[in-house]
Amino acid sequence: MEFTAVYKMPDSLSKKPFTYCPGCHHGIVHRLVAEVIDELGIREKTIIVAPVGCSVFAYEFFNTDGTVAPHGRATAVATGMKRARPDLVVFTYQGDGDLAAIGTAETIHTANRGERVTTIFINNAIYGMTGGQMAPTTLLGMKTTTSPYGRSPEREGYPVHMCEILKELKGVAFLARTKVTTPKDVLTTKKYIKKAFLAQTKDIGYGLVEVLSTCPTNWGMPPIKAMQWLEQNMVVEYPLGVFVDKVGEEK
Amino acid sequence: MRRAYIEIDVERCKGCGLCINACPQRIIRFSDKFNSKGYHPAEQYDPDEKCPGCGFCYMMCPDTCITVFKAVQPVR
Ligand SMILES: Cc1ncc(C[n+]2csc(CCOP(=O)(O)OP(=O)(O)O)c2C)c(N)n1
Ligand code: SF4
Ligand code: SF4
Ligand code: SF4
Ligand SMILES: [Mg+2]
Repeated sequence: MEFTAVYKMPDSLSKKPFTYCPGCHHGIVHRLVAEVIDELGIREKTIIVAPVGCSVFAYEFFNTDGTVAPHGRATAVATGMKRARPDLVVFTYQGDGDLAAIGTAETIHTANRGERVTTIFINNAIYGMTGGQMAPTTLLGMKTTTSPYGRSPEREGYPVHMCEILKELKGVAFLARTKVTTPKDVLTTKKYIKKAFLAQTKDIGYGLVEVLSTCPTNWGMPPIKAMQWLEQNMVVEYPLGVFVDKVGEEK
Repeated sequence: MRRAYIEIDVERCKGCGLCINACPQRIIRFSDKFNSKGYHPAEQYDPDEKCPGCGFCYMMCPDTCITVFKAVQPVR
């Protein structure tokens, strides 16, 4: 009996082992991005702009060109690269601290300008890399090292909904929020990531996919419990779905 | 007859259990052995050859440890 590999490591990953904690969703999303790059046949002309955060070494994990931007500045760096080399495909990979706190201005204006770049946004409601501080996306009542009694709206404000803010900006061509806690979610997320890249390669505008992700380590939960917590809490605060789609269905 | 099977790169595995959780056939378990990182890696245990190669384990693995193989000729 002859067998053939039907699911395997995508070519667009470097094969270096990821530096993420056990069960961390960063790894699933990396693989999905790499699968999309493979399927679009753009590996040789793609550049990743990594953020500061747990995915600071993301450029090491992709078998593409890549760099890392100062904290929050990934879309500004990507803008420069894409404008200098419009023939290339440029994407940023950013956490919620990076994209929705220190990088809020860059995020909003890159989207508003409709830069032909793509952003993968990992919302794990926390600053993972630095040890679990409150993020703008931290849920109300959620305990972090900087909100030890739970986030209160009076003290720390409300969770920031980036998709709901960005959807009003005319430069956005694809915008969706998703999760990767089940195989079905994984397939949906891959479809969205592909569209966010097509928004760029078809010269339509800015594409962003927000992925609700677990941080088992800083949430203080085993990986599977963290996925249940995400389903029961994050999905309630952050509704899933497509907010903007100017890409349409693939022929 | 065996329709499909998986291979797990035990040295990449971090023992998170997401593949075990996702497998509809319940044919993945933790090994008794340790890998060099100190984790009990996942292993397939499929004595009844139930694996259809659905790929759910691959899709959920955060560390790209899993390769799914399917029979080239579909088994009747
Ligand atoms: C200018 C600057 N300010 C602060 C920091 C410290 N810092 C490093 S990572 C990080 C936040 C990371 O959180 P997030 O972007 O959510 O990524 P995650 O680790 O959760 O994936 C911060 C505040 C820094 N490196 N540079
Ligand atoms: S700290 Fe959290 S986000 Fe960072 S690698 Fe670990 S689980 Fe993932
Ligand atoms: S391919 Fe499907 S049935 Fe086979 S081990 Fe993986 S999840 Fe289980
Ligand atoms: S999902 Fe991957 S890393 Fe986690 S236990 Fe299974 S093979 Fe190991
Ligand atoms: Mg974060």
